Amino acid sequence: MPRRTRAFFIWTGLFLTLGIPLGFAASSEYLAWRDPIYISAGFAGVIALCMLLVQPLLAAGWLPGLHVLRSRRAHRLVGIALVVLVIVHVAGLWFTSPPDIEDALLLLSPTPFSVWGVAAMWALFAAALLAAVRRQLSPRTWRLAHTSLASVVVFGGAVHAMLIEGTMEPISKGVLCALAAIATAAAVVAPWLRARERASGRR
Amino acid sequence: MSEIGFERRALLLGGGALVTAGFAGFELPAAAAAGLAATPTMRGGANNYIPGAQIVERIGGGGFVISGTVRRVGDGAPLAGQRIQMWAHTKEGSESDPRSHGATLTDANGVFRLEMPQIIPALGQAHAHLAYDSKEFETVFLRPLLSSARDTSLEAHFVLQRA
Repeated sequence: MPRRTRAFFIWTGLFLTLGIPLGFAASSEYLAWRDPIYISAGFAGVIALCMLLVQPLLAAGWLPGLHVLRSRRAHRLVGIALVVLVIVHVAGLWFTSPPDIEDALLLLSPTPFSVWGVAAMWALFAAALLAAVRRQLSPRTWRLAHTSLASVVVFGGAVHAMLIEGTMEPISKGVLCALAAIATAAAVVAPWLRARERASGRR
Repeated sequence: MSEIGFERRALLLGGGALVTAGFAGFELPAAAAAGLAATPTMRGGANNYIPGAQIVERIGGGGFVISGTVRRVGDGAPLAGQRIQMWAHTKEGSESDPRSHGATLTDANGVFRLEMPQIIPALGQAHAHLAYDSKEFETVFLRPLLSSARDTSLEAHFVLQRA
């Protein structure tokens, strides 16, 4: 496939994978019975979930037309955005129903999805913190720690989202979560596979 | 409760369908009821609780039915005149809005029933809150889930222990 056609399909696919669940969530009937703070908190969560698909693609440099350095820079910016989105999500929900969020943060919540969201949140903060002190770490330690934490963020975030009955439409949410998990797994193993290929090539 | 006393067994047997609805394995009322345990408070049951909700004919415009029974520990005798409070995120307001709260009393069979506006999933689950907190018995908070967000009714049952 010519490079431009391929790029067109990848970008179109990405926009659809993110746009369809966002569109469904934006047209959910539940929005009519929520106040603006609750709506903003919910959307911060939905957008954060979308970013979980974008992040591994940027980290691996798989988005066509984006030079590796620009891709990495975008990954860093999206990472900061993710931290902000999760803070808005939790703060907005806390404002909407303080006892429910306090229960969730203290791991006392009756809702099964809370613990997954809280795990993903702390892993995200740890991954971001680690990125801030990256220069003090060996490349090997950095990669292992950051990819492990990122995997917890994506897996935890995906399970959290799937167990929630909210504004997102279940099928488009499932596709988004599955693709985010696949992209993350691929981005984590790709450098390792490449290294192995290089090693066997030298031999 | 004395007016029920003698009729207790008859009531339990007669009103069987209603009273035993939520209790699987309740085939021999007299025998099984002897060991009836108190309903424990559910996690998160007291969230957004506002004490002293008014007794109302219905909450808001109604349409969603919450019903259930209130009985006492041990023999499972129905408790009449007990005040049950309920609240939820509905089409007419969030859980923390006072207008989303209301209370009702159980009838002679220990049965309560109150309508509220249609419940909408909130904070990730479609659920309601119920409370017994009139001091005579131990306080109990329930947080039952709707099996589907499209449901238009929900049942919850209390077995209370004297305080």
